[in-house]
Amino acid sequence: MESLEQIKTRIEAAISGAKLEIIRNGSPSAQHSLLVDNEHALAVAMFLRDDTALRLDYASNVTGVDWPDAELTEKIKVKKVVDGVEKEVEEIKKTKRPGCLEAVYHLYSMELKRGPLILRLRTQNRADKAHLPSLTPVWRGTEFQEREIYDLYGIVFDGHPDLRRILMWEGFKDHPMRKDYVEPDDYEYEPTPHDEVLEKSKQHHPAETKA
Amino acid sequence: MDEGLRSELQKQGVFTTTLEELYNWGRKNSLWPLGFGLACCAIEMIAASMSRWDLARFGAEVFRPSPRQADLMIVAGTVTKKMAPQVVRLYNQMGEPKYVIAMGACAISGGPFKQGYNVLKGIDRYIPVDVHIPGCPPRPEALLHAFMTLQQKIDEEQLTGAKRRRHLDAEAPSEFPVPQYGEHDLVPANNPDVWKVPKVTRG
Repeated sequence: MESLEQIKTRIEAAISGAKLEIIRNGSPSAQHSLLVDNEHALAVAMFLRDDTALRLDYASNVTGVDWPDAELTEKIKVKKVVDGVEKEVEEIKKTKRPGCLEAVYHLYSMELKRGPLILRLRTQNRADKAHLPSLTPVWRGTEFQEREIYDLYGIVFDGHPDLRRILMWEGFKDHPMRKDYVEPDDYEYEPTPHDEVLEKSKQHHPAETKA
Repeated sequence: MDEGLRSELQKQGVFTTTLEELYNWGRKNSLWPLGFGLACCAIEMIAASMSRWDLARFGAEVFRPSPRQADLMIVAGTVTKKMAPQVVRLYNQMGEPKYVIAMGACAISGGPFKQGYNVLKGIDRYIPVDVHIPGCPPRPEALLHAFMTLQQKIDEEQLTGAKRRRHLDAEAPSEFPVPQYGEHDLVPANNPDVWKVPKVTRG
């Protein structure tokens, strides 16, 4: 398969106005992915599926990712004049990253036996603008997976043929896979609590877990 | 009846029994389970009913497709919160006398999914359970053992008196409230008449 850069240039040539970004994966797997803007996502998906060199006709997996609001800290070296002498000083730079919800599509080509190409879509925020275009019209198999993301993350897929909850019941208000989900408080005794369960145990049986 | 008189009569070819014994004997040897499974435990339940373990030896080979014809509910597998109301409704639809075996770690406590948001932490929160089987999943032998335990329990039942079975007591309930889907959890989260938060005591 072509490199991600080549694919990116070809998409940009084919679809005018499409804003694409390559997201690097620094791990040994080096599965870099393609971030697509929401307006052109459907056109880009169509292109990826129908282009004769790519033929990504199979979306094997769609998953959600929750990125909460975060403060990122970076250490940067800055040259400063201290007591008349120029010195390199380390400074901590803080940047705020607004939160968003993300849908990740893993695309393969059954025809050419290639893949995967990883496509990402991001919502504007995690609350009122959690909308993404549905890619079900392009890959029919993503219908249930998009429903699952809608159920567990709360991303609304515009253009989805049948967007309902799939795992939880109708009338359930929460989105359990979000980082800020608060589950019902029904802790029961556990003989060997650890991690998160230990925290719950401390709240419910403070005398028990002191030692 | 006097045991000596009974054995004497037996020698003469006259067999006597009490209505209670006959009643319990009949019921314990024709326990028809409701044919439904929820997860992997159901596979073990099916194995137990097939030729290798042969549940038919206990008079329980007839898995009924309708709760109206079943005596025993084997809750075999993970009860999700979405499934819990249907399980309780099926139990309500069964005719008395009815029994429940909670099979496997999930059915008795939530098992490995206990800390999850979508799994009921034990079906005994909503319906009375007669026999609990631990295991993930329990072997068919464990189910057979639970079966024999239940048969023993039925054998000891009384028709009259304070310890009589629920269905012989006009005051006792035979149906249990079906939980509703709430906005965050099932409402109510448990039935306090059949289940109470266990108290932790450590020696």
